[in-house]
Amino acid sequence: MELTAQQQGQEEFPGEIHQLPGGGIVVSSFNDIINWARSNSLWPLTFATSCCGIEMMAVASSKYDFSRFGFEVARATPRQADVIIIAGTIVNKMGPVLKRLYDQMADPKYVIAMGACAISGGPFFYNTYSVVKGADHIIPVDVYIPGCPPRPEALLHALLTLQEKIKSGMTREQIRKESKEG
Amino acid sequence: MYSATEVIRETAPADGSMGELVINVGPQHPATHGVLHLVITLNGETIRKVEPHLGYIHRSIEKMCESLSYRQFIYVTSRMDYLSSHINNLGCALTVEKGMQIEVPSRAKVIRVLMAELTRIASHELWLGAMAMDLGAFTPFFYAFREREMINEVMEDTCGARLTMNYIVPGGVMYDLHPEFQQKVKAFVRQFKEKVVEYDDLVTNNVIFRNRMEGVGVLSKEDAVSYGCTGPVARGSGLSCDIRKLFPYEVYDQVEFDEVLETGCDSFARYMVRVREMNQSIRIIEQLIDNIPEGDFQAKTKAVLKLPKGEFYSRVETARGEFGVYIVSEGGTTPYRIKFRSPGFSNLSALEHMVKGSKIGDLMATMGTLDLVIPDIDR
Repeated sequence: MELTAQQQGQEEFPGEIHQLPGGGIVVSSFNDIINWARSNSLWPLTFATSCCGIEMMAVASSKYDFSRFGFEVARATPRQADVIIIAGTIVNKMGPVLKRLYDQMADPKYVIAMGACAISGGPFFYNTYSVVKGADHIIPVDVYIPGCPPRPEALLHALLTLQEKIKSGMTREQIRKESKEG
Repeated sequence: MYSATEVIRETAPADGSMGELVINVGPQHPATHGVLHLVITLNGETIRKVEPHLGYIHRSIEKMCESLSYRQFIYVTSRMDYLSSHINNLGCALTVEKGMQIEVPSRAKVIRVLMAELTRIASHELWLGAMAMDLGAFTPFFYAFREREMINEVMEDTCGARLTMNYIVPGGVMYDLHPEFQQKVKAFVRQFKEKVVEYDDLVTNNVIFRNRMEGVGVLSKEDAVSYGCTGPVARGSGLSCDIRKLFPYEVYDQVEFDEVLETGCDSFARYMVRVREMNQSIRIIEQLIDNIPEGDFQAKTKAVLKLPKGEFYSRVETARGEFGVYIVSEGGTTPYRIKFRSPGFSNLSALEHMVKGSKIGDLMATMGTLDLVIPDIDR
């Protein structure tokens, strides 16, 4: 897989900078600037329901360290968080709580479904009466990470994917349409 | 710390006395280690009542197991107490082996014990980091995860997964050890012995930590018995309950180790039990790592396992306490009923007794030392 410019760390500022004596002028689209700034400082909500939460903790620890990409401030309250990482199974009793947490988050808000349980119920898909078969039955999901539990690298990749998605400035529908055509 | 807490109602009695305040902690709260919901009744800052509400991660694992074969159901139990997933699998495999009367090769037994002790250390490491975080100290988390990652690497080499290992099959283990297993485990043991001193400097001998731990969350030996506490929680109250010593399974009767007992009965005693237990686990690993017998790693078993009609029970010591597996078989390929006895449930039931009358600030410090894993409680 070829690395994108962002993954290689050669990301460019979205706009033109004209150097002038006594300061400079930036010519850019306002939306691009906002998306660029927004994508580099996403605060995740610590929403760990089960096993994947441990791998999320591993990503926060020094070996993987998601603060390198601007995710360092894990928030305990949804009102200060930008992205909710659903790490674990969502059961019927937890469903309304997840919806409420999502509603409490300030716009713009993003969702990452981490692990098989959050994608589809995973190992708890068959023969169980209490598991929600995928968190996207409750709230819209931006990025899915397969695995049971996913490796920490997979979560890092998902975080970078989310950053790219925000920078592109496209909606979910636009991305879906483009990926179908492409 | 209580930012996710939400005040729901405040009642002021008509007689003019101080009202009781009911607050909810959780289900989404960083210190509940998952999705536990506590309804706390406060009088000022003093805790009057703590009511745990369960079921936010009830995945009906016991019901699921009834439709899975005796080979398959073992792997669902990895997701119960995911921090000691290997020991959960071991408990289930032991029950099936007991029912089928399968003789496990000695190599497999030693491998199982080695993995179980590595899992126990990994679990206690994570607990150390998480509990220190509950108290507001972030640094021990990084120290603990440094060593934990080494264990994860060993697990990944041999089992193929970092957390939910799924390494055990009835009759042995799934694969043989990775060629670098011994070397990597020895490197880990070396590093652990070198670095465990840092935990003492950072946490154990820290004045703030000691003040918040000593004399807090007292659970007497009698109460530990009556609440059915097991594991480090009960051993912190001086109750001898280590299944590895009392009802030895695998090769625990052939290795030397001490059952760690503390008589402090408070949060600090429970902390010390776990730290000392890590050293005992290292001791077991050191005895076994050079003495892994040659031979098969798996006994020859039939492709389809059928347990004879009857009831089977076996228990193991996980990082949290006694884990029991109870299988009722009708003689078919799937169990008729499975019941798991998880240590967390009983330990949680003692929480109210431990924190009643103390300040709200001590609640998280006490709950941290119980080492709760909520999916283990809800199942």
